[in-house]
Amino acid sequence: MANSPAQHSENAALEARRVNKVYPGGIRALEDVDLAVGHGETVALIGESGCGKTTLLRMFNRLEEPTSGKIVIQGRDAARHEPIELRRRTGYVQQEGGLLPHWTVRRNVELVPELLGWKTGRRRERCEQLLTLVGLAPETFAGRYPRQLSGGQRQRVAFARALAADPQVVLLDEPFGALDALTRLELQREFLHLKRQLGKTILLVTHDLDEAFRLGDRVAVMKGGQILQVGAPDQLKREPADEYIRTLLAQRQEMDA
Amino acid sequence: MTRCVVRLLIACALVMPAVGQDRVVVGSKNFAENRLLAEMFARLLEAETDLTIERRLNLAGTQVCFEALRSGAIDLYPEYTGTGLVTLLGQPPRGDATKTLNHVRTEFARRFDLRWLPPLGFENAYELAVPSDVAEKFQLRTISDLSRVSSQLRAGLGYEFIERDDGLPGLRETYGLEFKSVRALQQTLKYQAAAAREVDCLDVYTTDGRLLVYDLEILEDDLSFFPPYQAAPLIRGGTLRAHPEIGNVLALLADALNEDAMRGLNLRVQEKGEPIERVAQQALEELGLVGEASVDAVSTREVSFLGYLWAQRYDLGSRTLEHLALTALALALGILVTVPLGLMLERHRSAAEPMIRAIGVTQTIPSIALLAFMIPCLGVGFVPAIVALWIYSLFPILRNTYTGVRDAVPDAVNAASALGMTETQVLRRVRLPLSIPVILAGVRTSAVLTVGTATLAAFIGAGGLGVPIVAGLQLADTKRILSGALPAAALALLVDFALAGAERLLRPRGIH
Repeated sequence: MANSPAQHSENAALEARRVNKVYPGGIRALEDVDLAVGHGETVALIGESGCGKTTLLRMFNRLEEPTSGKIVIQGRDAARHEPIELRRRTGYVQQEGGLLPHWTVRRNVELVPELLGWKTGRRRERCEQLLTLVGLAPETFAGRYPRQLSGGQRQRVAFARALAADPQVVLLDEPFGALDALTRLELQREFLHLKRQLGKTILLVTHDLDEAFRLGDRVAVMKGGQILQVGAPDQLKREPADEYIRTLLAQRQEMDA
Repeated sequence: MTRCVVRLLIACALVMPAVGQDRVVVGSKNFAENRLLAEMFARLLEAETDLTIERRLNLAGTQVCFEALRSGAIDLYPEYTGTGLVTLLGQPPRGDATKTLNHVRTEFARRFDLRWLPPLGFENAYELAVPSDVAEKFQLRTISDLSRVSSQLRAGLGYEFIERDDGLPGLRETYGLEFKSVRALQQTLKYQAAAAREVDCLDVYTTDGRLLVYDLEILEDDLSFFPPYQAAPLIRGGTLRAHPEIGNVLALLADALNEDAMRGLNLRVQEKGEPIERVAQQALEELGLVGEASVDAVSTREVSFLGYLWAQRYDLGSRTLEHLALTALALALGILVTVPLGLMLERHRSAAEPMIRAIGVTQTIPSIALLAFMIPCLGVGFVPAIVALWIYSLFPILRNTYTGVRDAVPDAVNAASALGMTETQVLRRVRLPLSIPVILAGVRTSAVLTVGTATLAAFIGAGGLGVPIVAGLQLADTKRILSGALPAAALALLVDFALAGAERLLRPRGIH
């Protein structure tokens, strides 16, 4: 599974077909982007800031709309998904979590279940289950406010919140970006563990090549609004398709040395 | 909360005029003689009739008084026939005192259903005066003499006089007066400026008490330019028909006062700082119109500042309550309008800046001008004062509400929409609570400004701490000014402090 590129829409959970995005004022954020993410697969989108990776990610919960081309979600044209309803069944974690600062951890985690109209008892049960899953004791943390948590704890809550309504697809926008190195490694390890356990379809945006190689089943390298190459980490290392990717890899080896 | 609301309502009720058939409101302009005459009318009516008399003294000038009378906000006030002719009817001066009186009587009855009661016996005309040494140096006796040398002289004139047809513009035309410079000065300060030789010529009122104190030479109006200004009660026709006894009672004052007597009474108020209540009472006693009664008002000159505050404590207390009620009500209405408007603008951002700027422009309207615009439709008193204060309260709250909800923690707003909140839910459940500290900062700014601005209520008879301030300014009486200004400053601090407390209560937990 991990090494089988999902090229055909029948197999893909998420798909972009010849997607272009031009912002008012003529700024071109995406240019003829094709990408497919298989069911249960994790694809890491990597590139410098401004390369269009976040714009592409945000099309899969309709926070952005393509100027031309097509976004397909679970085999259906994204334009035919009602945006609010689509977002409620798509997990989302952003850099620094984006927790609502005036809500307790419990309310934050219960956000989507509440929007979906779950009964209090079911919500509470789910919240405790998820806090436990991300390694936070509910009795200690449920009543706290975000500012009473460390950066790593906040990010764990953000993951619990993203998973609360058991979405099939989870979108991650640099979820480990603002953490210190040790916390990041620890969370990445737990992420891999969770990923295997839960089998979600995951699109991950990052600017850290190590992170992309460690967490992605496949990695898509982006530059200037285009996807330069998509492939498994080993494949990219073996056969880099572009000078830019070779440079990236070389820089990484230098750092390692 | 409920108790606060109840208290606010009670405070408002204190400010609202009592409604009743047998209530008559006496008004006055904002200078000593006019207030004194109004107080005499009020006391005489209280003594001789069963009517409930209410006072709306110190209204800001002729136009405000006249509009208040026409709209029924007041029932009568002391007016001058010349002012009626030139300023209110907009007609040129004509003939002697009797002709002028008959003319305004006919015209006011026909056009406005307003009646001039019998004149009080003195004229308070405009006149031009120069310091005695100036008169001597240039050999000045008449205004014609003055016109020969006027280009060498600096004039200090009242604001109204500079504009009125029966003031400087007419004098220019009739006498060819052209001063070297013309400075607009407040009545009280003109005398001091002349004494300090900052100005060489000033306009004075015939009966101004200060003519007894300052060494000034009155110039004869040899071309009979100034119209006669007989003082008389001006009253609404309807009021007079409902209570004909008012006419009979005020007729007791017909020809009761001459210029000398009036100058003496004015001096006691203007220079000696005696309270008008006492001067009015004693004047009526001397005329044999009322029995002796003691007046517990005190003169600012007779006591220390603290003593004055103590003597005025009940009055200042109720003024403070009025002030608080005006501020609180205007602010509450302001919040009620601007917070929803700010939220709405967040959803229609292209309209936001033009809208907020337009409301910002209201801040630049001078308060007196704003009141002048409103008097024709809202009259005087509590309602226009609230509307004016409400308008001034809007801008800081609106600006902060809009900026607050627009810029509320962007991460949280993004996450909330990404997880499927509708725009309305984001606005209500995320943007609004997160911007409460910013909105409340706007409310606090607005509250402190409104406490300051609420002093303007005094100009249109809505009470508040502006009353002693305005009266004090008229009389150049520092103690009186401070007796209003200090409580107002304290009130501003107190309101800010109270709102800081409210902010702690309303600020959502979890926000710093």
